[in-house]
Amino acid sequence: MAERKTGAQIVWESLLREGVEVVFGLPGGATLPIYDALAKYEYPIRHVLVTHEQGAAHMADGYGRATGRVGVCMATSGPGATNLTTGLATAYMDSSPVVAITGQVPTSLLGRDGFQEADIHGVSMPITKHNYLVTDVRELAQVLKEAFYIARTGRPGPVLVDICKDVQQAETECIYPEEVNLPGYQPKLTAADPEGVARAAQLLNLAERPVILAGHGVIIANAEDELVQLAEKAHIPVATSLLGIGAIPQTHPLSIGWGGMHGEAFTNYALQESDVLLVIGARLDDRLTGAFSTFAPKARIIHLDLDPAELGKNLRIDVPLVGDAKLTLRELIPLVEPNQHTSWMEQIAEWKRDTDRRDLLAQETDDLVPPFIVRQLWHLTDGGNCIVVTDVGQHQMWEAQYFLHVKRRSLFTSGGLGTMGFALPAAIGVQMGRPDETVWVIAGDGGFQMTMGELSTVAKEGLPLKIAIFNNGYLGMVRQWQDVFYNKRYASTALYNPDFVKIAEAYNIPALRVTDRAGVAPAIRQAQAHNGPFLIEFQVEPFTNVYPMVAPGKSNADMIRRPLPAEVEEE
Amino acid sequence: MKHTIIAWMEDKPGVLSRVAGLFRRRNFNIESLTVGHSETPGISRMTFVVDGDDRQIHQVQAQLFKLINVTAIEDVTNEPTVIRELALIKVRATSANRAEIIQLVDIYRANIVDVDVDSLIIQIAGTEERIDSLVKLLNNFGILEMVRTGQVAMVRGSNAKPPIRHNGVS
Repeated sequence: MAERKTGAQIVWESLLREGVEVVFGLPGGATLPIYDALAKYEYPIRHVLVTHEQGAAHMADGYGRATGRVGVCMATSGPGATNLTTGLATAYMDSSPVVAITGQVPTSLLGRDGFQEADIHGVSMPITKHNYLVTDVRELAQVLKEAFYIARTGRPGPVLVDICKDVQQAETECIYPEEVNLPGYQPKLTAADPEGVARAAQLLNLAERPVILAGHGVIIANAEDELVQLAEKAHIPVATSLLGIGAIPQTHPLSIGWGGMHGEAFTNYALQESDVLLVIGARLDDRLTGAFSTFAPKARIIHLDLDPAELGKNLRIDVPLVGDAKLTLRELIPLVEPNQHTSWMEQIAEWKRDTDRRDLLAQETDDLVPPFIVRQLWHLTDGGNCIVVTDVGQHQMWEAQYFLHVKRRSLFTSGGLGTMGFALPAAIGVQMGRPDETVWVIAGDGGFQMTMGELSTVAKEGLPLKIAIFNNGYLGMVRQWQDVFYNKRYASTALYNPDFVKIAEAYNIPALRVTDRAGVAPAIRQAQAHNGPFLIEFQVEPFTNVYPMVAPGKSNADMIRRPLPAEVEEE
Repeated sequence: MKHTIIAWMEDKPGVLSRVAGLFRRRNFNIESLTVGHSETPGISRMTFVVDGDDRQIHQVQAQLFKLINVTAIEDVTNEPTVIRELALIKVRATSANRAEIIQLVDIYRANIVDVDVDSLIIQIAGTEERIDSLVKLLNNFGILEMVRTGQVAMVRGSNAKPPIRHNGVS
C-alpha cells in the first residue's frame, strides 16, 4: 500500500520529481498548508519570497526562458492569483515554460464569493496554454505531472494549477504517475513533411534575393547551429524578430539585424525586397510585419513553425511547414545548393551604410543619449559577454539596435505582450537560472517603477544584478508617439520620479547617478567590479526618439527615418 | 462560406468554456453549436457551423486543436453528410384551424408531441431549410414558443471517424 500523504506534500514532492530547484512566490491564507509542508518537511527547494505576485510570475518566466526548464511561481487565492495574470499573459505570448500554482478557497466554499475567492481558473483560461482546478486530492499528482509536461513540451507555455485549500490538507495514498494520459495532446518532435521541405529547398535554390527570418522558435528549439549552417551553405542573409535576437551571432557576416516597427531600416528593406522569405519560428505579428498586406510583397513565403495555428494566421503562406525547427533544418540543409548571393548582399550592405550614416552616434553631440550607453556597455562586457534583460519602451528598442548579441539566449525581453515592469523580476529569474552569468537589467524610469519593489528580492537573495535605469523623465515611447502622431500634446507622459539612487540605497544596494558621457564607462566598470547588486541611474537626454519608426497600419517600406546629418543642418 | 465542423473533446470541467472563450477571443463567427455524448465514454462530440473565409476556417480548426482537451477535428462541409436539427414549436391552435395544422405536420413528417385546448407542440427533425420552411408556415397560426437545437452532422457510409486522432502538432 502506498504511503498516505497530504496534498501539500504531494505538491512539493511533485516539484522535486520534476527537478524544480526554485519557486518564486508569496504565501497567503489559501496556500498556508503548502507553505507549512515546506517548513515541516524541509524539502530541498529554494523558495524566493517576492514583493508582489506579478514579480513571481515574471521571475518564473525569466527562469524558464534562460534555462529552457519550467519556471515555477506560487500565489494564494483571490488577489494573489489575479496578480499573477500579467506575468502569465507575458509568458504565454512569448512561449515561455511556466507552472503557476495557486491556492483556492476550500471546495465547500467554491462559488459562494467568500473571502479571497476569484475564479482564476476562468480568468486564466485565455492566457495559459492549459489550466486546472483541483477539487480532489486523488487527482493532484496526476494534474501536476500533466502541468509540467504541457508547459515544457511542444510550443512551451504557462500552465496554472489552482488547488483548493482542503485538497492541500486532505490525505491520500499517493502513487506518483510515471506517464501522462492526454489523448488530445500528443506533441511530436518531428521534421516537417518531406514534400514541403523539398519545395522549400527548390524555392531557396532558385531565389535571387533570399532572406531567412529567424524567430524565438529557433532559440526554443536549440536550432542555432542548423540556422547558421543553412545560411552559410546557401549564402542567405539572416534577419531576426526581436525575440529571435541571438539565434545567429549578430557579428556574423550573414546577420542582417532585426526587423519591424523599430527594427533596423536596412533589415526592413531587405525583408521588403526579398524574393524568397524563409520564416522560422516567428509569429509574424503586426509589430514585425507592419500592415500584413504590405509585408514582403515580392516574396514567396516559406513558414516553418511547430504550431500549425501560426501558419497562415496573419499572412498568406506559399509553403507551410509544420515541424521542429532543428529537425526540419537538418532535412533542409542537404537539399539546398551552395550558392553566392553577392550582389544581393552588396545591396543590403548599401542599405546598411545608409542606416549607419543616419546613426545617432554618428552625429556631433555630447548629449547623453541612450544608444551611447548601450554601445559602451557592449564594449565593456567584452563585446556582449553578458545577459541583458530589458523592460519595454524606447530603451528596449535601443538595446536591441545597439547591443550586438553574440551569445545564445543572452537577451530576454517581453516582445509579445510588451509588459512594462518585466525587466527587474524577470532578471531575478534569469540570474537564478544562470548563476554564473553577469546579468544586466536595462529599464526605463517608467517601467522600472512598476515592479521596483523587487529590489527587496534582489537584496534579500544577494543576487549580483547590474541595473541600468535610463531616466528621461517620460514614458518615453508613448511620448514619442505623441510627438509624431499627436502633435506633441504630452497627455500624462511626464513622470514624477523618485531619487533612484536613494531608492537603491534604501535596500542596501549601492548606486550611482550618471549625467554625462564621461561618467558612463567608469560607472559601468564600478558596477561590474562590485561583488553584488549595483544600480546606475543614467539621466539621459529626454527628447531623443527611436528611429526608424513605422506608423501603425503602414508598410515597413514607409519608415520614418532619422534624417541624415546634412539634412539636420539644413533645417 | 459556411462550414460544418465536428470536434471531439474530453468531457472535462471547463471544456465548453474553453471552446466558447476561444470562439469569442478569436472573433470567429459561430452560427450554431451543439454538444453531447459520442459513442466513446468520456468524449463529447460537438457540431458547429462557422462562417468565414479559408483563412478563418483553417484558423478555427487549428486554434481549437491547440486546446489540450480537444481530441479530433473534422471539417465535413465537402463530404456526403447527414445533417439534422431538432425543433420544438408551440403553436396556437383553435378548433377551427387545428386540422389545417395537423395536415401541415403530416406533410413535413413532423410530430405532435403535446396537445392542449388552444395549443400544440410540434416536433420536427430535419435540415435547417426544412425546419425554416415549416416555421414560416406555422407563423400564420401564431408561434407561442420555439426551441431549435442547432445542427448535428455525421458523415455517410461505414467509415467511422475515431474520436481521438492526432492530425497535427499542438
